[in-house]
Amino acid sequence: MTKTAFYNNPRFRSAFYQLLVLAAVIWFGIEFAINARANLEAQNVRFGFRFLNDPASFGISQTLISYSEQDTYTRVFLVGLLNTLLVSVIGIIFATILGFFIGLARLSPNWLLARLAGGYVELIRNLPLLFQILFWYVAVLLAMPSPRQSLGVGLQPLFLAAADGFAYLQYFGMPESIAQWWRGLAEWIGPPAVYINNRGLIMPRAIFGEGSGIVVAAFALAIFAIIGLRSWARRRQDATGKLFPVLWTSLVLLIGLPVLAALAVGAPVSFEAPELRGFNFVGGTRVIPEFTALLVALTTYTAAFIAEVVRAGVLAVPKGQTEAAMALGLRRNTTLRLVVIPQAMRVIIPPLTNQYLNLTKNSTLAVAIGYPDLVAVFAGTTLNQTHQAIEIIAITMAVYLAISLITSMAMNLYNARIRLSERV
Amino acid sequence: MTSATFVRQQLIAPSNPPASSVGTPAWLRQKLFGSALNAAATVISALILAALIWPTVRFMFIDAVWDGSSRVDCLEETVKRPVGACWPFIAAKFAQFMYGFYPADQVWRVNLTYVVGLVLLVPLLIPRAPWKTLNAVLFFGVFPVAAFYLLVGGRFGLPHVETRQWGGLLVTLVITFAGIIGSVPLGILLALGRRSSLPLLRWFCVVFIEFWRGVPLITVLFFATYMLPFFLPESWKLDPLARVLIGVILFAGAYMSEVIRGGLQAIPRGQFEAARALGLGYWKMMAFVVLPQALKIVIPGMVNSFIALFKDTTLVLIVAIFDLLGQLRAAFADPNWATPVTVLTGFAFAGVIYFIISFVISRYALYVERRLSTGVAH
Amino acid sequence: MKRVIGVLGLALAIGLSGQADAQTLKTVRDRGSLVCGVSQGLPGFSNPDDKGNWTGLDVDFCRAIAAAIFNDPTKVKFTPLAAKDRFEPLRSGEIDVLSRNTTWTSSRDAVFNFVGVVYYDGQGFMVRKALKVNSALELNGASVCAQSGTTTELNLADYFRANNMKYEIVAFGTADETIKAYESGRCDAFTTDVSQLYSEKLKLSNANDHVILPEVISKEPLGPVVRQGDDQWFDVVKWVLFGMLNAEELGVSSKTIDEALKSKQPEIRRMLGLDGTHGEQLGLPRDWVVRIVRHVGNYGEIFERNVGTSSRLGISRGLNRLWTKGGIQYAPPIR
Repeated sequence: MTKTAFYNNPRFRSAFYQLLVLAAVIWFGIEFAINARANLEAQNVRFGFRFLNDPASFGISQTLISYSEQDTYTRVFLVGLLNTLLVSVIGIIFATILGFFIGLARLSPNWLLARLAGGYVELIRNLPLLFQILFWYVAVLLAMPSPRQSLGVGLQPLFLAAADGFAYLQYFGMPESIAQWWRGLAEWIGPPAVYINNRGLIMPRAIFGEGSGIVVAAFALAIFAIIGLRSWARRRQDATGKLFPVLWTSLVLLIGLPVLAALAVGAPVSFEAPELRGFNFVGGTRVIPEFTALLVALTTYTAAFIAEVVRAGVLAVPKGQTEAAMALGLRRNTTLRLVVIPQAMRVIIPPLTNQYLNLTKNSTLAVAIGYPDLVAVFAGTTLNQTHQAIEIIAITMAVYLAISLITSMAMNLYNARIRLSERV
Repeated sequence: MTSATFVRQQLIAPSNPPASSVGTPAWLRQKLFGSALNAAATVISALILAALIWPTVRFMFIDAVWDGSSRVDCLEETVKRPVGACWPFIAAKFAQFMYGFYPADQVWRVNLTYVVGLVLLVPLLIPRAPWKTLNAVLFFGVFPVAAFYLLVGGRFGLPHVETRQWGGLLVTLVITFAGIIGSVPLGILLALGRRSSLPLLRWFCVVFIEFWRGVPLITVLFFATYMLPFFLPESWKLDPLARVLIGVILFAGAYMSEVIRGGLQAIPRGQFEAARALGLGYWKMMAFVVLPQALKIVIPGMVNSFIALFKDTTLVLIVAIFDLLGQLRAAFADPNWATPVTVLTGFAFAGVIYFIISFVISRYALYVERRLSTGVAH
Repeated sequence: MKRVIGVLGLALAIGLSGQADAQTLKTVRDRGSLVCGVSQGLPGFSNPDDKGNWTGLDVDFCRAIAAAIFNDPTKVKFTPLAAKDRFEPLRSGEIDVLSRNTTWTSSRDAVFNFVGVVYYDGQGFMVRKALKVNSALELNGASVCAQSGTTTELNLADYFRANNMKYEIVAFGTADETIKAYESGRCDAFTTDVSQLYSEKLKLSNANDHVILPEVISKEPLGPVVRQGDDQWFDVVKWVLFGMLNAEELGVSSKTIDEALKSKQPEIRRMLGLDGTHGEQLGLPRDWVVRIVRHVGNYGEIFERNVGTSSRLGISRGLNRLWTKGGIQYAPPIR
């Protein structure tokens, strides 16, 4: 047996290469640290997270929690994070609905509808998202009137428009009194509470008075009741085959219980209506146009990708399944709902989660249109005011990394679960 | 001699299908007006299409202003009719959209780079063209170096042109191309590392890949622009464009490695074992047996990553690098062209450019995919 | 692998070209041109036309330096810089002087050298005429567009708080985005330095529908910046500015320069290098003021041409008048 040279020994080689990697990583780390220290000193920047307790002294246009200029940078971070989560969550909900609709429309037997959906996907996927965000921002702002010409949304404008219509109809013999009566009705209804202008969508704000806790409790109770009802209905269906209208009962419960509770304690919730005073509306809550533009762009963009995911998922279900379902006498939409989609979901969910993550990461483009998300107020404004580049960018990256990791962990759990239910 | 049985000697010619089941009427009925719901879908789709296409056509062509020299020519008061796109604006800014502030007398260098790049690229994309290896070496190895010296200058008698003077489509293409050239080798190495048998190396690659895939590109660009300079020796004065390129390559490399890993996983074990049995070492096995097969499978996936990269280059405008979109927005601020239609005109122009480029690339990916799938089957 | 290193190496090589140098004047002379950092497009201060020719007050100051050194105002290369990363190229030696409407503050002066004040500025507001607002104090409840990450944003917060007024800030990353958002009606008011307000106003499609309010809520002295540690170059750039101011004070302009060269007045003769070697002492040619005035003009001419009442911006001299005429522009004497 010839003896191999020690450097040809696989175990030695493996250990050697790994040591090399380790050494390189450590060397880079040390080199970076030394440089960072020298550079920070040269620029009079002190490393550390103490700046987070300094007052921010700049304003933010959308805050979900109370915020003023005297608050700290930590608060700014929280405000930004919440804004990011808000636009992401709402975007995910809308993108899913639109994406499923377009994905199924692409598979529709209707030639024109399928082409239209296909064209939508092609157009949206081949244009940069940032381009679309900037476009929507301009489009949203251009389309909206100024505060003094705000568009009222409500019954009064509708009734007034109808009254105008009747006034026109009097040329054809309709008595004028009807139009008059309509106008009176519109007056009686009162001015609308929701307005749209280029400062955003302005709505009344709910003010919770005493006893509103009971309403919230009733709402929670309704949710628990619905969960219990669902499992009972399913068990009953399994046992007797009888269907129970779960959806309608749930809706009644969800709305009815809180309303009953509110009436019982004497309507503790009042609404503060917005009012045009000076430049802008005072009072009420407002959805800023930056949010709307970002939401529309993220929704339409992600929906195009979700549509492709959905299409691929549906196509992955063997045709035999559809045919078998049809042979059993199921209708087309029932087939889709009970046979095709449940099977397609298994293929759809993993890439769908990926799209949700992408949407969350893409929400960082908010910085281009001034929506105060985490990157805009923290990695943008705060970085520029404090010059603590290393700390701020590290924190920001860590937040997104955490979101990604949590999502992929949840994904792995889900994958493990659906794998169990598969037959061998 | 009569027979009670009748046997037809000739087949009756098949009669025509009912008029309602063939030709245009049938197609219309089946595909558009099959049921009430179907008809409603058709009508609504048609309305949406009309609502989108007609104003677009009006804006881009019918109401558009084609001649002019300043904003006045694109104002409603001057033209005395609704004004659509203001194309003279694009004409006046065209050089900036294409080259940024690249000195006008040096623009030939950019054009020469484009021409050389195209001459090398087109035969590479045509499957039947000969000398693929030589072509690939020239395009991926020699061309980037040549393009670098041609565009940056400072050597061979060419005046130095700072990257700050670059802009427009030039920057978009430079970042895309450099991103591709850098991310593919990086992706291959990371993919190999992630499938390596050395645990330490594997873990390093996993962490590296997942880190860059887990953060948004914009934070990567912030990292490259504001944080990276702190980590490098003070004497290394990194050019802003170079910083951004590093960020883009790291980001794209991580995504590329996952695409390539998919290809590696698709290679049957037998291929590895056969290569080993032939006495090939790790690198030879990878270079001559595994990677050629793996990369071929993932070409469509890689091209899709390239499209994503191309679209993502727009983000550099957030760190004050003027790509096509950045240059466009800078042009919006020119008082000589401040009109109500300037912004939409610019969007229309840039949108068409972005769409054409990524649409063409995606169609090419589809073509390769079809070709490959027919080649692999049977 | 080699290719990766090659590409990265190339990328690094782009950046390694410039090195900090204590002898900037010599470097500039050897190079045969001045490299000047300017803004990316601010009409009246530094703005490129469709062909990439630069004009403006900040640009003319760079041309004056080139004229003083080379007797040729065209020997300047302009490097457009964003507000966020204007200082890094100066530090690294990529540019020789930063002439980009930069406010002189103590923290900046700690790291760089400000040669003087080219323009005395302050933060103000622009609103639509239709709003019928006459004072910034009437802006209670207004939406205000501002550039994020600047002192503008902080001054704004301070001003509204000091006057007990409410506001909504809409902040954008660049000046262009900010003005576009204001124009599209997103905000009632737009705030930045007053000079910039005049300049940004030109970018609006209906500039006449907007008005700049009289209040100035901060001090913003704008001036050119050079690196620390090169006193000779600091002097050169500083005295280009003082030369331009002195020329105006002594009534020497590009039109009267030939007459002035025949002048018997000792102050004028000293300034124009007819008597003494004041230029050489600074490292400049003896006739540096002659070169500046002949090719570019004196301070008043540059001001009027680029931002003054006869220009498109139409800003009155105000604080920027000479000290002899009620302003605060004042240059040490040449002697």
